Amino acid sequence: MTGPLRVGPSHVERTRGPVRPATLPRLWSGARMLEVQSVSKSFDGFRAVDDVSFVVPAGSIVGLIGPNGAGKTTTFNLIAGTLQPTSGSIRLGGHPVEHEPAHRRIAAGLARTFQIPKPFGEMSVLENVLVAARSQPGERMLANLFARADVQRQEKANIARARDIVAFVDLARVERLPAKALSGGQRKLLELARVLMAEPKLILLDEPAAGVNPALLETIMARIETINRGGVTFLIIEHNMDLVARLCGEVIVMAEGRVLGRGAPQVMARDPRVVEAYLGGAAA
Amino acid sequence: MIDLLGYGAFFLVNALIFGVLCLGLNLQWGQTGLFNVGVAGFAAIGAYASAILTTPEAAERIGGFGWPILAGWLAAMLIAGAAAALVGLATLRLRADYLAMTTFGIAVTIQVVALNATALTGGPFGIAFIPRPFASLAETPIAFNAANLALTAAVVLGLFLVLETLTRSPWGRVLRAIREDEAAAASLGKSVNFYRLQAFAFGGAIMGLAGAMQAHFIGFIAPDNYLSILTFQVWAMLIVGGSGNNRGALIGAVVVWALWSLSSLAVGTFVAPAFQARAAALQIVAIGMALAVILLVRPRGLVGERATVSRDVEALHDEGAPAHEPVRD
Repeated sequence: MTGPLRVGPSHVERTRGPVRPATLPRLWSGARMLEVQSVSKSFDGFRAVDDVSFVVPAGSIVGLIGPNGAGKTTTFNLIAGTLQPTSGSIRLGGHPVEHEPAHRRIAAGLARTFQIPKPFGEMSVLENVLVAARSQPGERMLANLFARADVQRQEKANIARARDIVAFVDLARVERLPAKALSGGQRKLLELARVLMAEPKLILLDEPAAGVNPALLETIMARIETINRGGVTFLIIEHNMDLVARLCGEVIVMAEGRVLGRGAPQVMARDPRVVEAYLGGAAA
Repeated sequence: MIDLLGYGAFFLVNALIFGVLCLGLNLQWGQTGLFNVGVAGFAAIGAYASAILTTPEAAERIGGFGWPILAGWLAAMLIAGAAAALVGLATLRLRADYLAMTTFGIAVTIQVVALNATALTGGPFGIAFIPRPFASLAETPIAFNAANLALTAAVVLGLFLVLETLTRSPWGRVLRAIREDEAAAASLGKSVNFYRLQAFAFGGAIMGLAGAMQAHFIGFIAPDNYLSILTFQVWAMLIVGGSGNNRGALIGAVVVWALWSLSSLAVGTFVAPAFQARAAALQIVAIGMALAVILLVRPRGLVGERATVSRDVEALHDEGAPAHEPVRD
């Protein structure tokens, strides 16, 4: 589990030219990848997230489920830094990150996808993925004018890796198309490819199965498993219980901003409090 | 014939200077999505900065340092760029519509300051005797205009190449990502505000350069040059030419400036002198019509269709690199 992962060895063998293993980061040594401690978030007095605490162990795939309005996406936004918690702390690999702006959390190994995918519509699929590369001397304006050789060397390496990742998520055939041309399911795959490019240790997936046809869903689940085997931890918001049952060793159930419980998906699905929360939510 | 050539050169110098303004706006709006409606303000800062620094000493106002023209241009870029950076620090966190209102207000403020800070700007009378490049040729207009055209074209070419390099680099890719979806760009580790600030400041510097170039070519500036009609013209040029495309920015500038000049000629020729001042408003109508037609017929502008692709990615495509075999499960 600690060795570098080749993203999809099957496709690497088919790549023409030299084999380019795309490596993913090694598993973190700390057992706790993510610790959310007494985190609350209020909007104008309404507590969308109310004293939520949980731990995501390194190397696991944990589901975050609950009825609509339970505060799952708000919790994601707090972890990712899109929102600031009203109180509480968030630790990533033992380091507090709650005061870090969103754009710095990815450097700490945290990546997220969005419930409604946010592709860079006018940019090609390949360029969407390239944006996410972490090592880019060419992102400094002047380097492009005065250190072109450096920029080009890294850019070529990034392009090679981005193409591997694009192929890994089955988007190679559309890599030159603008992202706006992709279907809903392909956009989910593109989001996954983008975060992979950033070499994350923990990936937050917000409803990866929503609006995806069964064939693509199978691809998405298989890719998540492969990435996880390479040592990447996942926290997944999902309503599709097939996906949750197959991927998640454990689920955390939220309702009305609070954590109701935690356990194996099959156990939690029968938990009376959970059943009550879903039915109560449906009745309201 | 000679007259016509001379006029052609004069026309192109003016059009290309507008092209520089468009290149600045294209970096801000076309690439980064920053809704700057204060173009005239940054052009004014550049024009006044360079004029104050390069004019000979004058009794009635501060300044008149007699610097060389080139130094004036560079200072114009620096000062306009710094002004844009300051404005950017204060406003770039705002949503696009608020940014538009703020930049509009700032441009109006700059124009009013130019009008009233008489000791520095000469007030409503402006600044005259701004040194002109190739002034020694002024006796023969065609030579003067041709020399200025060569100089202006060289500056535009250099700027165009720099901007093409930048927009097709990883840096430009981040700008486009921010333009497309700011939250997604931030989630991928890009400091949205920092990149916006860079694009806004550099764009402002380019607008300042254009203001200075125009001031030196004409030799005279006054606050009336920097009313919001200037901002409108530059926006029309960029949209007609093709927002997001540096070639489009330049082509739009030439096309719209041609339309503007022709409609001015038409008003002068066909409208009775007593009504000419009022008929001048028809020029704005003409530009508005052109804008409407372009938006209907070619919504992405004359040459705006081609998506910008990073240089090394495009090289890959040009090599005809085979697409990866799709993975079959």
